[in-house]
Amino acid sequence: MIGLCLLIRRDLRLAFRGGTDAMMGVIFFVLAAILFPFGVGPDAAILPRIGGGIIWVVALLAALLSLERMFAGDHEDGSLDLLYLSPVSLGQLALAKAIAHWLTSGVLLLIASPVLALLYNLPSSAFLPLVATMALGTPTLSLVGAIGAALTLGARRGGVLLALLLLPLYIPVLIFDAGAIDGAIAGRDITPQLMILGGFLLAALALAPWATAAALRQAIE
Amino acid sequence: MSIGIGNRGNVQGLTTHKLGCIRGERAVFAGLDLALNPGRAMLLSGPNGSGKSSLLRVLAGLLPAAGGRVDWEGTDVTEDRDGHRARVAYIGHADPLKPSLTAAENLAFWAKLYGFDPDIEPALFQFAIEPLADVPVRYLSAGQRRRVTLARLALGQNSQAGPTLWLLDEPATGLDPGAVSMLANTILAHLSNEGVAIISTHGGRLDALLNDHADRFDMHEFAA
Repeated sequence: MIGLCLLIRRDLRLAFRGGTDAMMGVIFFVLAAILFPFGVGPDAAILPRIGGGIIWVVALLAALLSLERMFAGDHEDGSLDLLYLSPVSLGQLALAKAIAHWLTSGVLLLIASPVLALLYNLPSSAFLPLVATMALGTPTLSLVGAIGAALTLGARRGGVLLALLLLPLYIPVLIFDAGAIDGAIAGRDITPQLMILGGFLLAALALAPWATAAALRQAIE
Repeated sequence: MSIGIGNRGNVQGLTTHKLGCIRGERAVFAGLDLALNPGRAMLLSGPNGSGKSSLLRVLAGLLPAAGGRVDWEGTDVTEDRDGHRARVAYIGHADPLKPSLTAAENLAFWAKLYGFDPDIEPALFQFAIEPLADVPVRYLSAGQRRRVTLARLALGQNSQAGPTLWLLDEPATGLDPGAVSMLANTILAHLSNEGVAIISTHGGRLDALLNDHADRFDMHEFAA
């Protein structure tokens, strides 16, 4: 537990000192989402209809941007060897990295999303569901993303491979996130979608660190 | 259950039996037997690619052995991986330091993670880097970074139940003569404390300083 906190603190400090790197994901998120209305046109009927989906697709790509570096720095400078030799297990390391990634990307997306909802003219009834799906969905992205980040360690063109690996895995999250927002706009009960998203998160929390640890073990060899 | 080595309790230090290693479908070394008693160092020599680094990584448990076994005090280290990890201090080619953190912050992180004494001052003094403690590592020279990396050895040494098996992969790379002496003194203190060290080298000052306390091992004989 102490090891877990130490690792998270270290990653947060590195992200903080790194400055712009950590902010890049959220800046990309806001900019890309702002571009869509210009392309689609200012039709007050279309924007709310596609807004939820677009915000989520862009959030997903923003999370993907910062995933590639999750383990790469520690792999390159030999820190990963030392982390493996430390009393902290690789599973704990994977969990710590995913939590740190979420705190430096998912949380920022979560905070920025209501602003974008305004931009897409989403009805106020959709704001809370949007934030709720973000809160449930983005940690899943970080946890599942850790598996991909660990698998592509040391690979050439790792970024492209990472996207190919992860985007199919992100589709279920995307479907239920966008479905929940659509449902909220139409005035339907969205509890089932939120329950399923919660289920995804719990499954990812239980399984992803374990799979990530196996991938990291391969990378160390 | 176990047969063969007899008298297991009396076996001391590190031994390997018919150890082999395969990297990318190529056998690096095979049938490697070595034995090292507490209080002794072993200097690994051999041309580039002869498997010095691979051997150190196998001994650390970072690479799986392709046949053979590594024993510590007569017991296969794969039987107690956590116990083996706790006794290993590994210094690789790279300096595992974060450029945006200061030297002290980097060292403090490893000390806390490994459960070493959190007081890092003595380790900084041991490698004469106390003036650089608050400088971000990105502004340090290669030799200064190496000193910070090596100060990790001193951290374990100054702690209760620090690592006993030091695996050092060309530790003196980039060090000036003064720093090599500091490293040699650190290693000698470790040996006098019944520790074990295996060091890959290409000769030089460190070899000479450790000469009286070290066995030599030429990887060339075991090339597969």
